[in-house]
Amino acid sequence: MLRAENITVHFGPRTVLHDVSFDAKPGALTAIVGPNGSGKTTLLKAITGEASHDGQVMLNGQNAGSAKPWELAAIRGVLPQTTPLAFPFTVSEVVRLGLISGVTADQAEIIPAALSRVGLADYGARFYQELSGGEQQRVQLARVLAQVWEPISEVGPRWLFLDEPVSALDIAHQLQVMQIARDFADAGGGVVAVMHDLNLTAMFADQIALISDGRIIAQSTPDEILTNDLLSRAYNCAVQVNTPPSSGTYILPHMASMGVH
Amino acid sequence: MAMAADVPRGVALAGDRSHQANRLTSALLVVLFAAVLASLAIGASGTSLWTTLWDFLRGEDLSLRDRVVLWDIRLPRTLMGALVGAALAVSGAIMQGLFRNPLADPGLIGVSAGAGFGAIVAIVLGGLLPLALQDVLGYYLVPFAAFLGSWASTIILYRVSTRKGHTSVATMLLAGIALGALTGAISGLLVYIADDAQLRTLTFWGMGSIAGATWSKLFTAAPLMIVAFIAAPFVAKGLNGLALGEAAASHMGIAVQRTKNTAILAVAAAVGSAVAVSGGIGFVGIVVPHLLRLAVGPDHRYLLRNSALLGAALLLVADIISRVVIAPAELPIGIIMAVIGGPFFLWILLRRRGILDM
Repeated sequence: MLRAENITVHFGPRTVLHDVSFDAKPGALTAIVGPNGSGKTTLLKAITGEASHDGQVMLNGQNAGSAKPWELAAIRGVLPQTTPLAFPFTVSEVVRLGLISGVTADQAEIIPAALSRVGLADYGARFYQELSGGEQQRVQLARVLAQVWEPISEVGPRWLFLDEPVSALDIAHQLQVMQIARDFADAGGGVVAVMHDLNLTAMFADQIALISDGRIIAQSTPDEILTNDLLSRAYNCAVQVNTPPSSGTYILPHMASMGVH
Repeated sequence: MAMAADVPRGVALAGDRSHQANRLTSALLVVLFAAVLASLAIGASGTSLWTTLWDFLRGEDLSLRDRVVLWDIRLPRTLMGALVGAALAVSGAIMQGLFRNPLADPGLIGVSAGAGFGAIVAIVLGGLLPLALQDVLGYYLVPFAAFLGSWASTIILYRVSTRKGHTSVATMLLAGIALGALTGAISGLLVYIADDAQLRTLTFWGMGSIAGATWSKLFTAAPLMIVAFIAAPFVAKGLNGLALGEAAASHMGIAVQRTKNTAILAVAAAVGSAVAVSGGIGFVGIVVPHLLRLAVGPDHRYLLRNSALLGAALLLVADIISRVVIAPAELPIGIIMAVIGGPFFLWILLRRRGILDM
């Protein structure tokens, strides 16, 4: 169980999150959606301890604010939007960094397994800096997966925190990455993902927290959140749910599936 | 790399260079041993001492002259060269990991200048300390002051150039220039007020050489260097994590603040003691880690120990060159290292022009 209570974050004089409470269950994929600048990423950073905040975050019954980094690393992995890399590591070496601490330390066989999970099985010897942005993002996902390889540990469920995990990806890899998150949740782990794409959110999320202007407007199932009324309020424009546009081209990820036909 | 083909297929993980790194460690041990022997045998004493060295190693009696040359001159100088080279290379590798940048060299960004400033303060103003304290510190006063100077300048540099876990290279280099100018100015002032005896000490100290190595000098510098060598393996994993930034390192379970504090202390101890006894020799800390990263990758678990070995060997070779190139006179080793390191640094910049925009 993840429970964040009364989270308030200030950036200088500006209040970015106002007394937000948020929770997520293991075994479920919880999406945080909302317009640009609404505080989605900030909420995730407060939950993971990156952004200093008022309020309390409890993860598996443990106060995340006072836990040691290695205790937290053993039960949760965090995928940031972008990850700079200072030195010329190979892809395998980057994924191995995920094994630095935690229970999976020194289980080298996880490295190729994690790489093939994200569809980069043959990339181990390539240099990370020579990959495309989308490939780098998937290598980082493999690193995070390697860190929390088993969705359930002896002491409870493990967690994945993903900050816009599909924003740099093409449609096939968007589906692949969302499926990885889905499988992690189905196996008993908890997934919290900041999402930009409402269609993918509708397809994969069990729970959605809709955030606007630093406040959570509603948190519930997709059916209850993805309504004309709520989305229009949150995004400040008239949003029509489930109504394909009357003219023009559109791509429906709902109709796509993994693999080539 | 030529070594990659030697790794047995099927056993090694693709893209895993730890086997090569381990092999390189063995090779560097051999190279360092050869450099130590050469440094003992070659010199300005007129005759080559290879046969004498061989006799010495077999435990045979030596003539008094040979014994003095080997035991009192060449051995402390060789050990000092190896220690200083290792300390400078390791501190360069640690700084680069800490600042997440391959250009962070103690000599370039003002840490050596900070150490030199500490040493000059100790030489000129050390007499003002209470006598009891002088007695306690004794020979260790200068290395200790140099340690404090490099520690303070590393902390200032890190604070100035790092925002939210991201280091700006341009800010780091410019801050290093400013810090170097400031400490240089105050050092100049101190030299101006120094008396004749202190000036003599300063001049000898500032020659930037390991030629004056004695056993007592060695013993004053060694403890701090050994502290740095002991600390280095403990920050290796942390520095690997920091390559992905401070937040990601923390999420991977690294105690980021502790890693940073230990790394800064290790750098300060290594640079401080190296500068205190050798006056600061440039470029070792940038050339050595860079070559090793090219050869076997940036994993600090291997980089730090390989840097120590290659740094020691490189400085010994440079010292041998400094002894023979205009024998019987000697070139300061700083000149040799600058001739090697200056073009090397330009080469790095040419290869990676984008580096300053990071």
